[in-house]
Amino acid sequence: MEFVDYYKILGIDKSASDSDIKSAYRKLARKYHPDLNPNDKEAHKKFQHINEANEVLSDPEKRKKYDKYGKDWEHGEEYEKARQQQQSRQQQYNYGDYNFAGSDDDGNFSDFFSSMFGRSEGGRKGKQAKFRGEDYNAELRLTLTQAYTTHQQTLTVNGKKIRITIPAGVENGQVIKLKGHGGAGLNGGPAGDLYITFVIEEHPTIKRSGNDLYTTLDIDLYTAVLGGEVTVDTLSGKVKLKVSPETQNGTKIRLKGKGFPVYKQEGQFGDLYVTYTVKIPTNLTERQKELFRELATP
Amino acid sequence: MQTDDLILAEELCSHYKVELSFISSLQQFGLIEVTSVEEAAYVPQRELQKLEQIARLHYDLDINLEGIDAISHLLDRIKSMQSEITFLKNRLSMYERR
Repeated sequence: MEFVDYYKILGIDKSASDSDIKSAYRKLARKYHPDLNPNDKEAHKKFQHINEANEVLSDPEKRKKYDKYGKDWEHGEEYEKARQQQQSRQQQYNYGDYNFAGSDDDGNFSDFFSSMFGRSEGGRKGKQAKFRGEDYNAELRLTLTQAYTTHQQTLTVNGKKIRITIPAGVENGQVIKLKGHGGAGLNGGPAGDLYITFVIEEHPTIKRSGNDLYTTLDIDLYTAVLGGEVTVDTLSGKVKLKVSPETQNGTKIRLKGKGFPVYKQEGQFGDLYVTYTVKIPTNLTERQKELFRELATP
Repeated sequence: MQTDDLILAEELCSHYKVELSFISSLQQFGLIEVTSVEEAAYVPQRELQKLEQIARLHYDLDINLEGIDAISHLLDRIKSMQSEITFLKNRLSMYERR
């Protein structure tokens, strides 16, 4: 637990007046407020520190106490009392492949604040006394096949089970917000939110770009030359394709509507692009080589 | 067809401890949508998140409505740019994997 210099956090000196504190707080809060810095964990953390500093310095009693014990906080009786109650609040939420890392230590108050003033001692009056709970961030790994269909998953966050519906078509890196599923608010403030970032794992044969899918399909030389029928694996099952005679290596065909579902647009799909790779036969018999030579003779 | 749940503006005012004139101003600035039914003002439920955010910016940070209007536009731009970055990152990684 480190000494926290609240004056430094607000960028003011010890002789700052109430209006200096208020103005410094407002200025920094405007810069780091979570509403103005969506999905920015660093800004959120800074905002909590600023709030904490303001909580102490804007309250004459707390400021007095802080100024008295401030640098010598280790010897303060409050610290001694609180130290005995000090507990590690590290939490790890695990659910299958999904890891939720959260810690009250990063929460609304630092350990320093808690040891001096206690966690439940909220003091500000009016609207600013309320602290919004901590936002939690989580990562949810899905296979491409899972992301292809709308499905439900049950997650355990902070001991509570949350059942969420994952709409088909979520993108790698996409973030969804579950309002009110973050840390509890303080002094009647609202609960924080839970932000889930989707990580879509790579598929061994199919690549995705937006709503379109790309795959390659090996076809033998004879099918490429003479034409025929081949089967391609898609995320919705196998699809039969007719190969035209004299198909060139690298030919790309588009299967309309066989791509990825469009997020939250039911019934709409992207396209699937199949690129043919013509495989040259190997281990030819003498007879086969002879036939090729014949074909090669002008 | 989308169904809108409407909430009486007066109820919202008492819940969020804001003045009715605040909601009217937001409507005038085009920041939230307000519907009138038999002379009573109602706010669609889908506007609540925006209303809460605006109230926080206005009351906690002392930002006036002109400022909030500008911030809303910038936040919309950030949101759309973030989606574009995600899309481009995914597209780039497709070529990098080859």
